[in-house]
Amino acid sequence: MAVKQISAFVENKPGQLAKFTEVLNNHGIDMRALSLAETEDFGIVRIITDDSYKTACVLKDEGYIFSITPVLAVEIPDTPGGLYKVLSVLKEQGINVEYTYAFTARKQDVAYMIFRVTDNDAAAEILRKNGISLLELDDID
Amino acid sequence: MNKYYQPEAECASREQIRAWQDERLVAQVKHVYENVEYYRNLMKEKGVEPGDIKGIDDLPLLPFLTKDDLRECYPYGLLATPLSDCVRIQSTSGTTGKRVVAFYTQADIDLWEDCCARAIVAAGGTKEDVVQVSYGYGLFTGGPGLNGGSHKVGCLTLPLSSGNTERQIQFMTDLGATILCCTPSYAAYLGETIEEKGLKDKLKLKAGIFGAEAWTEEMRRDIENKLGIKAFDIYGLTETSGPGVSFECMEQGGMHINEDHFIPEIINPKTGEVLPYGEKGELVFTSITKKAFPLLRYRTKDICVLNPEPCACGRTLIRMSKPMGRSDDMLIVKGVNVFPSQIETVLLNKGYPANYQIIVSREGYSDVLEVNVEMTPEMFSDSLSRVSVKEKELVEALKAMLGIYAKVRLVAPKTITRSEGKAVRIIDKRNLY
Repeated sequence: MAVKQISAFVENKPGQLAKFTEVLNNHGIDMRALSLAETEDFGIVRIITDDSYKTACVLKDEGYIFSITPVLAVEIPDTPGGLYKVLSVLKEQGINVEYTYAFTARKQDVAYMIFRVTDNDAAAEILRKNGISLLELDDID
Repeated sequence: MNKYYQPEAECASREQIRAWQDERLVAQVKHVYENVEYYRNLMKEKGVEPGDIKGIDDLPLLPFLTKDDLRECYPYGLLATPLSDCVRIQSTSGTTGKRVVAFYTQADIDLWEDCCARAIVAAGGTKEDVVQVSYGYGLFTGGPGLNGGSHKVGCLTLPLSSGNTERQIQFMTDLGATILCCTPSYAAYLGETIEEKGLKDKLKLKAGIFGAEAWTEEMRRDIENKLGIKAFDIYGLTETSGPGVSFECMEQGGMHINEDHFIPEIINPKTGEVLPYGEKGELVFTSITKKAFPLLRYRTKDICVLNPEPCACGRTLIRMSKPMGRSDDMLIVKGVNVFPSQIETVLLNKGYPANYQIIVSREGYSDVLEVNVEMTPEMFSDSLSRVSVKEKELVEALKAMLGIYAKVRLVAPKTITRSEGKAVRIIDKRNLY
């Protein structure tokens, strides 16, 4: 139920993100979601791609420092209060959300969000019980 | 296995060493006085004549030589033999100004190579060994010195010189090098690369002889673990011939000075006063056997301590500590003395690579100290807050060590220039001098 997110270290300098995306492009890797967290000196690029194993191999060869983290891809009803519902369910279970970011897919009328939480299994179970769908990577297409 | 290359010198009685030093110093002073006008004038200024020097107790009567004198005398001013008797020159990198050129007769080269051979045997080398010399060859003394020492011991010598890491590792594994000679920062880099490539099992290395650069005990342990070797320090400078002025033995408790060729003194760098054994001060060397470029009382700027205690290895040669800094390497930041080795110690203790860069700049009238550190997989996380916590721990540890705040800048791996020769550790943008 979790999808594999790859996070890579990039310096906060002009052109570094462009270079990173160029590397993925050169290897025909398709990004499904991207988020960037930055400080004055460096940033962490988090991506979901169509092939996490290949992405990891490519980044390793290119000398990037990166990590692979299982995260939840949650389907959010595209209606007012959609995100609120997801967050309240997690809050009731005492599950902390470290970060989250949104992305779109081809299916209409829904939004998707990536959730990095303290306990993936517990979060997935409680979300499903409350009728909220989680995506496998293949669904993101 | 022979423990010594020249036991008659390395294990001579203190009385014998003293007798050699007395006799050779008297002859050397006469040789220099007669042949080097520049030094003769320095002696005259001080009111000293060769006849006043009867033995090593009279050494303090002689004037010092400094790097400034050497620059002034460039290129032939300190040459003490006819140029036609010389067979080689070596030279310093000249990064801080004019080059120093040192001249050698064939006998000077022989004694220098003997000194290096002593270091190789002290590190466990025999004629069965394969010695990979990855110091630069050419003007730099590192390559030629260890190359010559390796020949004297009868080892198979791999003259790789510095650089081209892929080729270094290929020769090291294919030809089964057992002893590696290079700068400690390059050894650390080789270790890192070998670890990354998973080739540690293919190594036959047992020892490394590393010098020409300041390195810490932490760095020694790091290199020893990465390469699976025992790492030995070696000391020397172009002005006194090159590496091999002193070397470590199996005890790894300081470097034995080849006192039959070089007389060490420790002085107070401010007053020039000679300090007793055990006190920390600037190291001064007098060459008593070299003929072409024999420096008397040359100030090295290296701060260290001499230890006359007998060594368990059986050598009677006095030991010098690893240089604890150079009188010209120290940074004064916000009025606080900062030694690069302190920063290195903190980084290695916290699990960072020994590759770092210190940048000192000035904002208005206030100094700013920055340390660039390479990101490691262990340190990295997808969570910004977790990376920040580790960064903060490092800042705290640096503050505890240095007494001042240093900004830590995390940079991408392998972006800090690797030293295939000497590492550029400090960038001082303040233009204080």
